[in-house]
Amino acid sequence: MQSLVIVAHGSHLNPGSSAPTYDHADTIRATGAFDEVKTGFWKEEPHFREVLRTVEGDEIYVVPLFVSEGYFTEQVIPRELRLDGWDVSEWDSDGLSADQATLVAEDIDHEVHYCGPVGTHRAMTDVIVRRAESVTGDPDVGEGFGLAVVGHGTERNENSAKAIEYHADRIAERDRFDEVKALYMDEDPEVDDLPDYFESDDVVLVPLFIADGYHTQEDIPEDVGLCEDHTEGYDVPTEVDGTRIWYAGAVGTEPLMADVILERAADAGADLGTALDDVRETTRVATGD
Amino acid sequence: MPEPTSDATADEGAAADDDTETAPEVPSIDLPSDAFDAVLDALDGRDPNDPLRFEGFSVARDDGGYVLDPADGDRQTGVSERELHEALDERAPAVTDWYAFERVVGEFGPRRAFLRWLEDADGATVATRYAALAEGIERAWGELKITATVTDRGERRYDVRHADDAGVPVDELDRYDDPLDARELVKLDEKGRYRPLKTAPTLAGGWVFPDLGPRDAYEAVETVYPATVANWHREREGELDVSHWRETMERQSGIYGVVKTWDRGEGHEHVDWVAEACCDDSQCLKRREWEYDDETDLNVDGGDGAFPCREPCSVVVSAARKWTRLESERPRTYEFDLTPSEKEQVEDIIDAVADGRIDEIREADTKEGANRYRTRFLRAKRFDDEGNLGGVPTEPAETGDEE
Repeated sequence: MQSLVIVAHGSHLNPGSSAPTYDHADTIRATGAFDEVKTGFWKEEPHFREVLRTVEGDEIYVVPLFVSEGYFTEQVIPRELRLDGWDVSEWDSDGLSADQATLVAEDIDHEVHYCGPVGTHRAMTDVIVRRAESVTGDPDVGEGFGLAVVGHGTERNENSAKAIEYHADRIAERDRFDEVKALYMDEDPEVDDLPDYFESDDVVLVPLFIADGYHTQEDIPEDVGLCEDHTEGYDVPTEVDGTRIWYAGAVGTEPLMADVILERAADAGADLGTALDDVRETTRVATGD
Repeated sequence: MPEPTSDATADEGAAADDDTETAPEVPSIDLPSDAFDAVLDALDGRDPNDPLRFEGFSVARDDGGYVLDPADGDRQTGVSERELHEALDERAPAVTDWYAFERVVGEFGPRRAFLRWLEDADGATVATRYAALAEGIERAWGELKITATVTDRGERRYDVRHADDAGVPVDELDRYDDPLDARELVKLDEKGRYRPLKTAPTLAGGWVFPDLGPRDAYEAVETVYPATVANWHREREGELDVSHWRETMERQSGIYGVVKTWDRGEGHEHVDWVAEACCDDSQCLKRREWEYDDETDLNVDGGDGAFPCREPCSVVVSAARKWTRLESERPRTYEFDLTPSEKEQVEDIIDAVADGRIDEIREADTKEGANRYRTRFLRAKRFDDEGNLGGVPTEPAETGDEE
């Protein structure tokens, strides 16, 4: 029996924080690729500490719904899941290349496949592009558009910037958008000065965050100048200093994220059948208008 | 576990008792083909010396057919499949009971234990349970009321709803059939406020899962109260892994690493206060099993909940982080005047907030110290323009600086 456990941050304050986790779990559940799909949280229930004891299967894949390697994926989750003998060297990662480690979770005295975070998987690049398609309503968006991928800078976590750059570079290589830039919240190039970094009249701004919350709904919209105060809301697109900014909100809410979760599990050995194709198909942006 | 043969005797004995008039009637059950097929399937290839046991009898396979033991008091061999079907149909309650737990519910420990507990399957006979299920067996789990029933095919069905909605007709409630829909039902309390703690006694009502199968009933309960069944099951098995306050705080890192500094080797009064604040039954339905450490109990009651709390939760850890900072302050003496009624009013306000009574205090009920007009009057009278109670600055230096 094959089980998927999606672990995410969750929130004590924001009721919407768990929504993307639940949504992607539902998408994956509908594919039938796993006998069960469970969710566990740091700030909600079931907690990381107790989620594994709710799991019935014997082939267990744990996928962190986090954007980068760092404190949560390297310390908190392995500790709270009680992965016996965990050491970050198990992943042998350069900050982007964590794939999986198979360890016994002491909580259930059973092996689990502990996967790298979704945010650094190569398939995440496609989700960022898909997010741009979603927010513009154009499955062919690219020509005449710039794309900004934004996240925390190195101040919070040096791997956070690595993940942003990695995906921005990969998208740039595709020559789909006129310009692609990595921008940061707490270091240069800062997202506050977005119009200075783009020549294009239209720029899609995709924050590399899992859930919408304080950063994506308050911080970034105000910093970029989409609104004076987040409570006013903003239009998509909003023109700021001559640049039309298409603000996408957290990339983690994009339905195609379910694909990255599946990719992580597949990389760790999960048997998925046609689930990957199914998810790519069912989460597509409709063509035309 | 009841012995199958002695149960059969017990049943016969019970039938002769004077109580039979008052005992509820065992419903008539038709043996469904899936249950019969499952029996054949289980017997297929099974060692003849290892019969399949049902309550009151067993079935094995032998060369020429099946062995039924006992049948009319004796072991009967050479039973054909058709005869076996007839015999099992006559014993449909026991067969469907086996099918329900061995094939539908399955082995997974927490689910199996919970669903068996609901109908006391490890204590009561099939006849007793089926009679009770025909009437509906009700169980409480936190604020949930779960009613188990049985169909005329021996299938278990479950009605899961808020205990406050007991007795409300299904069509007067919002009906759900997918247990995962419970994720939305538990998100907000009845005033629309986010519930960060799913075991807080603030579950909103007005909904019902009126007709769930066993697995979905378990899922619904585990969605409303995650991991509570798993922990309850471990506790019943004597395997609950309790992590006490000290070890839980020692484990914390990052912004929560500071909490361990709150334990200063000067007793655990501060943890008593935490437990009184957060873990009381009025705040959380879990029964607190963790203590200060494995040798030192807290001086606060752990509560009466059905399911255990095995370690300080993330809400407690987050709050403790705040208290660790606040409690590092040293007390000071502030001097200002209050009338005796004003002192009591301050106490009333603290009580009203702590007990979540603010919304119950009527607008014009000025007898209540925490009444809004009373409180606004107190503020108007006792606060200065900077919001200082009694006109006394919080930091003595503030006055000095300003002067």
